[in-house]
This record gives sequence, structure tokens and C-alpha cells, in this order.
Amino acid sequence: MSYQTSIWPLAAVLISLLGSIPIMLSGRQPNLRESWTLLIALGKVVIVASFLPTVLAGGGYEFTIAEVVPGVPIALRVDAMGMFFALVASILWFFTSVYSIGYMRSLNEHGQTRYFASFAVAISATIGVAFAANLLTLYLFYEMLSLSTYPLVTHHQDAEARKSGRKYLTYILGTSIALALPAMLIVYSLAGNLDFKSGGILADSGASPETLALVLVLFLFGFAKSGLMPFHGWLPAAMVAPTPVSSFLHGVAVVKVGVFSILRVIFHIFGADLLLDVNLGVVITTIASITIIVASLVALTQDNLKRRLAYSTIGQLSYMILGAGMLSAAGMTGGLLHIGMHAFGKITLFFCAGAIYVAAGKKYISQMDGLGRRMPITYLAFMFGSLSIIGMPPLGGFISKWNLVIGAVDSGQLILLLVLLVSSLLNAAYFLPIVYRGFFAKAADPIFDEGVKEAPLFCLVPLSLTACASLALFFYPDIFLRLVQLALFP
Amino acid sequence: MSTSNLHMYVLAVPLLTAFFVNLLGRISRRWVAPLVLGALTFASLASLCVLGKVLRHGSFSYTVGNWQPPYGIELLLDPLSALMLVLISVVALFASISAIQSVRQELPGQEHLFFTLYLILIAGLLGLVLTADAFNLYVLLEITSITTYGLIAMGKGRAPLASFNYIIMGSIGACFYLLGVGYLYLMTGSLNMADIAGILPTVDGTAAVATALAFILVGLWIKMAFFPLHGWLPNAYSLAPTGAGLLAAPLMTKVSIYLMVRVMFWLFSSDFLFLQNPLVSTLVVWAAAIAIVSASCLALAQRDLKRMLTYIIVAEVGYMVGGIWLANSAGMTGAILHIVNDALMTLCLFLAVAAIVYKLGSGEFDKLQGIYRRMPVTMAAFTVGAFSMIGIPPTAGFFSKWYLIQGGIEAGHWQYVIALLFSSLVNAVLFFRIIEIGYFFKDGEQHGHEKKEEAPLLMQAPLLISAVALIVVGLGSGPLVESIIKLALPAGF
Repeated sequence: MSYQTSIWPLAAVLISLLGSIPIMLSGRQPNLRESWTLLIALGKVVIVASFLPTVLAGGGYEFTIAEVVPGVPIALRVDAMGMFFALVASILWFFTSVYSIGYMRSLNEHGQTRYFASFAVAISATIGVAFAANLLTLYLFYEMLSLSTYPLVTHHQDAEARKSGRKYLTYILGTSIALALPAMLIVYSLAGNLDFKSGGILADSGASPETLALVLVLFLFGFAKSGLMPFHGWLPAAMVAPTPVSSFLHGVAVVKVGVFSILRVIFHIFGADLLLDVNLGVVITTIASITIIVASLVALTQDNLKRRLAYSTIGQLSYMILGAGMLSAAGMTGGLLHIGMHAFGKITLFFCAGAIYVAAGKKYISQMDGLGRRMPITYLAFMFGSLSIIGMPPLGGFISKWNLVIGAVDSGQLILLLVLLVSSLLNAAYFLPIVYRGFFAKAADPIFDEGVKEAPLFCLVPLSLTACASLALFFYPDIFLRLVQLALFP
Repeated sequence: MSTSNLHMYVLAVPLLTAFFVNLLGRISRRWVAPLVLGALTFASLASLCVLGKVLRHGSFSYTVGNWQPPYGIELLLDPLSALMLVLISVVALFASISAIQSVRQELPGQEHLFFTLYLILIAGLLGLVLTADAFNLYVLLEITSITTYGLIAMGKGRAPLASFNYIIMGSIGACFYLLGVGYLYLMTGSLNMADIAGILPTVDGTAAVATALAFILVGLWIKMAFFPLHGWLPNAYSLAPTGAGLLAAPLMTKVSIYLMVRVMFWLFSSDFLFLQNPLVSTLVVWAAAIAIVSASCLALAQRDLKRMLTYIIVAEVGYMVGGIWLANSAGMTGAILHIVNDALMTLCLFLAVAAIVYKLGSGEFDKLQGIYRRMPVTMAAFTVGAFSMIGIPPTAGFFSKWYLIQGGIEAGHWQYVIALLFSSLVNAVLFFRIIEIGYFFKDGEQHGHEKKEEAPLLMQAPLLISAVALIVVGLGSGPLVESIIKLALPAGF
């Protein structure tokens, strides 16, 4: 595969990083500030989308920012896998920006300038992770994301935010420094570089299976943003953030950066063949399976809607890692594809949770009975999102889950089939009652029968669009599928 | 002036200016700032020229007053010493811009006295990195120590006691060094480093030579505050006037590390150091790992910004000592790169602390509530410095740590690798504790009460430049290593 040198990948990363400057400068004029946010978000989608034809044709772009360590520059590369993630992230950022405006203004939140500026830096870091050409660059943007999201998680600046922020950094920064950094250096001393290469760079390094297993486990837990148990505790804690943060960062960007990093390591540092040779896939699938089942069970017990979504996310993230760990073609396809499919579904659900909070002020599921009759569009969107995540046709989530099921059969690990089945049932058990009770149960609060209306349009439109996108992805998954195929089997 | 002895002017100008500062400063204090800044600007520019010359034309040595070695004093200009010249003069320049403001506030009327000592100290440091004579090195070491004693004693409260403590420890260290040099003189009859290095392999009596090495190392370890010989440093640097801490903290320990490298590889050989008795280097790396972990833990116990930073300095000394004794190329590269990076990030953090102390009177944690809102520029730069200390890319601190860890892995010294990672985590805790205090509000207090009250522009400017420098040096660490540090490594690495 050939890569053209181009400055545009850098532009795709920098546009929102530099964009945070005009956002900060126009803090006193909210309308101007939000215009900047939308303009930058749109610009980002356009730049990222402009790479699409080349990438679909099997090409790509690259750009070296700086030579820092022998053999390992800070460099960007637009390949199919990065393109897939960047496309999902940049499109959803645009929706989130619109939604943020509705949400933050309706609730009259403080510190909105800091909020939008940090958001812009965070999306830069996300695109940086997607387009990172090697592990060091990925690590750089990974850390940048951890730090830029800290002010977002602790936005309310109260005692609870302080506690959650501390937990957030302890888990995420702690694991990346203590586990991922040494793992990266061990790989560097084994292979002499850290490039993402199809087929991996460790195959010829002559490392012993024990070393490989150690490095793999260090990476799996080191990228704790993926929420693998037992390093998942930060995600429910981070739900104290304003809902747009939870929806985009903790439904899409941050958590998927974790999964994306792990998949990069599995596919392009180790390589599926090497993992098959030394039979390490089972390590990955075991950790992921446990996380899936436990997280789904815990989700059942959560009454706070956002916390239930958080545990659902933890489980769904492990689907992606499980798929990759199957090391069969369909399994890997399903795992990678689920990054995109889950993103559209989960962001819809979080948007709905935020819309319910804006419109009715409710956070707890037990207080939402009958609310669906007053907010039908929101609840319909919520249903679409749920069905997609459960994996029912005709929604996007079905396609990735179908691939995962085939992958489990192909890899001959029938127990994984059981995991997928049980988990799908659990998903249905924790999502569908919310929809059912919303529409059919007796109103929990008398105000639901008169005062409550749908959330403002700034909230309602994005969540309807992402719900429709989930539906559309079932019928037109071609671009995503093609990108995933190109990423896995060039 | 001819360019062939430009390096002499780098040394001489600050030294001579020191006397003018004292004389003219007595007439009017207004003379102090332009003289100090002028001298240091000249030194910085000249040292950059010297570095350029060394990189273009290679190393050369210079005999002072044309007295030929081994009897005359020889100065050695190689990439390592030229790099150190640039580092010292540039760091001193930026420190002094801020120090002038801080000294005016803390020691009103004594600026001329303070800056006389300050410039002599800088001249001493510059001399230390240039000299190629073991006894001359001792003399310069004493010059820097004595001026530092004076500077520290100018502080308030218990500062004279801290200075006295340092005098005791510093004198013991100097004695050890001098004894070591004495042994070498007995064995070789020479004090010139190159001369000694040439004669040493030919003399019998390994025990005497090993004793000399041990004495010299212990002497330098006291001077660089290598744990557990660090006792003097935290009090001395935190009780000294802020302006003195600004200069001493980034440079003193780093210059001592440089001296250790110089003595180890230009007096002795790496065969002698590492091969004859491999247990020694293993023990030193273990000691470094213990130093890193212990000093990091001690830093956790501090409730004052300055004191916390002083313990971090002690931990960083462990980084570099360990890196050098790993005895491989990556470790050595990391240690020398870390001399540069650590000087810059300590400078950045101390400049931030100087600005905070200027406005708040001290750096106690309790006073830092809501400081992000009050001093946003200062704290932005402080945060960059903190990230560099934690080792977050692309700040400079990450890349030297990268080489050090790589060296540890290659040498199989896992205890050192774990110590480095541990210290990174502790640094994260230390700095995020401050970020948390500064970013959140007291319980019950609401947002937006604090007004902005930044330190003067002349304190902010060097601070911002040092913060930007951390990122620039980080991103430029590839070329920096390839074109300067690779050349500065001791032979064989």
C-alpha cells in the first residue's frame, strides 16, 4: 500500500486544537463562540471525509511531524482503520456540538467557554489517535485526551466532581504510565520500531511467548479507557460530567480510543498470525468475556440512567475486544465494525438521557414511568438506540453482532457464542423495560401529564439524526464494511 | 576580541561584571539589572557561538595564559562542555530576569550584594564545565559552594541555619573530592585530567586508584544531593531567597552530574568502571532506584510547593546517576538529555513558584485555592512544567525518561525501570494534587470571586518562554540527540 505525503492529516488534527483559541477568545459572545465550534466541527468532517475516496481506493496519506526517537517519529498516517474511526468520531462530534449548545444553554451551565475549548482539544486528540502512524504518536494523543477531558469530567467543580476527577485520572493516567508505557518500551527494544504494520512488527523479534503474553496483558490493561475489568471503575464515576460529555466522550471518543488502541496493538503490533501461533487470543477473549457478562449484570441493577448506560458501554466495549481476540476473519471484522455501530447507538441513548434531564429534570429510571407519552420522539430514538445495541435487525448493531457470532463459530470457541447470547438477552433486559415503562406505565410524576414537553430542538434534532443513522447503517453499511475489510485484509 | 578565545569571555564577563555590580550598585541600585542581564545575554550568545564552533570544527583545548599542560590550567571544549555552557548561561539568563523582580521584593536594598554572589556563582558553574584540571575543578567547586552558602544565608527565618547545614555537608563533600584527587596525584604525579587518564592504566595499585574513585564519587554525590546524602538540599533551596533557588535548583545538581560524567569517563575508563567489578555498577543502580523511590515518597509528605519541588530534584538526581551507571548507550543518552531537560523543567517550575510567591508570599498548599482563576498564565505554564515532570509527551521530560527506561530494559535493571515508573506516578499524584487544589473551590465558596492578579510581566515572560521551550525541546529531541548529545557521549557509548 502506498501513502502520499500530505499536510492534510495534520490539518485534520490541528483544526480543532487551534480552534480552541478563537473559542477561548470569544468567551464573552456566546453566539460567536458557538459559531466557531460549529464551523470547526464542520471543517473537521469535511477534511476527514475528503480522505475517503483515496482510502477506499486502497491508498492513504502520511505526514511526519517530528523525529523524536531513532526509528520512531511523531507521525500521522491515514489508513483504512484510522479513517474508519476518524470518520465516526468527526461526524458524531458535529452532532454533539449542536446538542451541547442546546444542553448547556437550557441548563444555564457555568464555564461554557472552558467547556467548548476543552472539547475542541479532546476531539483533536481523538483524531490524533485515529491517524497515529505508530504507537508513540498514539500514546501522545492518548495522554492528551486523558488530560483535556479532565476539566470536562470535573465541570461542576464540586466535591463529587473532584472525587470523580481524581478517580478518572488515577485509572487512566495511572495505567497508561505504569502499564502501557513500559509495554511500549519493551516492544521498542524487541522490534526497534513502533510502526503500525499490517501483520505486526513482533513476528520476527524472536520474543518468547511469556514475554509476548506479558506485553499483551500490559497493553490490555494499560489502555484502561477501554474499560476492561478490573480497570473500568472510572467510567461510571465519570458520569458526573454534563451529558454531552458523557455521550460523546464516554460513549464514543474516550472509550473507543481505548478500544482502538488495543485493536491497533492486536492487529498491527502483534498481528493475528503471531497471536494464533502462540495461542494468546484466549487471554483476550477470557478477559473480555468476563467483562461483558459482569458489566451487563451490574447494568441491570443501576437505577441512574447514565450509570446504566455506562455499564452497558463497558460491556459493549468488550464485544469489540472479544471480536478481535477471536482472531478469525469474521470475528475481527465484527469487533472493529462494532466501534462504529455501537457509537451511533450509544450516543443516541446518551443524547436521550440528556434530553430527558433537560426536559423533565429526571436522572433515575424509576422516576421516568410514563414519560415516553410526553416525549415520544426522544423515546422512539431511545428504542432505536437500544435495539441497535441489543443487535436486532433492522439496526446497525445487528451487522456487527452477526459478524461476531459467525466469528465465534469460525474460531471454534462455542463458549463465546454462549457469552454473546447471554449478553444480548441481558442487554434487552436492561434497556427494553425503560422504553416499555416510558410508554405504557402509569405516570410516575403528575407533571408528566401536563407540563413536560420534548427537549429544545438543538437537543432533539441531533438525537433523531443519530437514531436514523443507526437505522440507515443497517441498510447501507457498505462504506464502514469496506473500510474495515481494507483495514484487516489489505 | 578574537573568536578563538570566545569561551574565555563567556567565563570572564559574568565574573568581572560581578565586581561592577557591587561597585556601581552601591552608587545606584538601578545599575544592577542592566549589568546582570547584559552580562548574561552576552554569555548566552557567546556560548551559543562556542557550541556552534565546537560542532563545526570539533573539540579543542585551551591553555590559560599559555602555560602548557600538564602544569598549566587546561580548558576543554568538547560538545558536552559546550552544551553545558549554553545550558548554564541561558538558564541563568532567564532565571535572573525573574530573580531581579523577586529580589527587589524580598531583599530590598541588597540587590547589589545578592547579584554579586549570583554572578560569581554563574562564573563558577561555567568554569566547572570548562576545566580539564582535577585540582582547578576543586577550586571552582568551592567557589560555587561558597557563593551558594552566601546566597542561601540571605534568606529569611531559618535560612542561615540551612546554609550552615549545607556548609558542613558541602565541606565534607569537598574534602572527599580533594582526598580522591590527592590519591590520584600520589599515583600519577599529575593533576591534568588527560594526563592522569593517560598515566593511570600504567600504574600498579588498583586499590589506591579505586579508593580515589570512591572518594571522588562520594564527594560529588554529596554535592549533587544523591539520596541518602541529600539532607542539606531541601532546606537550603526552599529557605533561600526565591531568586537564589531559581538559579541553584535548575543548575547546581545538574552540573554535579556533569562533573560525575567528566570524572568517570575522562579520568577513569569505562572498562575500569564497569568491567573490573560489575557488582559496583549494579549497586549504584540499585542505590539510584532506592533514591528515586525514597525521594518521591518524601515529596508526597510536603505541604509547600518549594519543598515539594526540592524533593523532586533529589529524585531526579537518582534518574541521572542511575542512567549513567546503566553503562549502555541508551542510559547514557537519557542521562545527558535529562541534564538538559531537567534543568529546563526545574527552571519552568521554579519560575512559576517565584511568580506565585511574589503574589501570595509563599507556596503553601493551603494558599493555592482557586489559583487557576487568579493567575491563569502562571498556572498554564506551571501545568506544562508539571506534565514534563510527570513525563507526558510531547514535553521534554518524556523523551529523556524514554531513553532512561529503554536503557534500564536493555541492561536488565528492572528495579530501576520500576523506580522510574513509580516516580512518574508519584509525580502525577503530586502535581495533580496541586492542580486539584488550584482548580476547585473551597467547600461552599462559589465561582467567580477571585480577581486576576498576575505577577509582573517580567516574571511571566521567562516563565512562558521556558514552558514553550519544554515543548519545543521535546519535539526537537530527535535532532538534539542526533546532532549534539550523540557527540557529547563519553567515548565507547
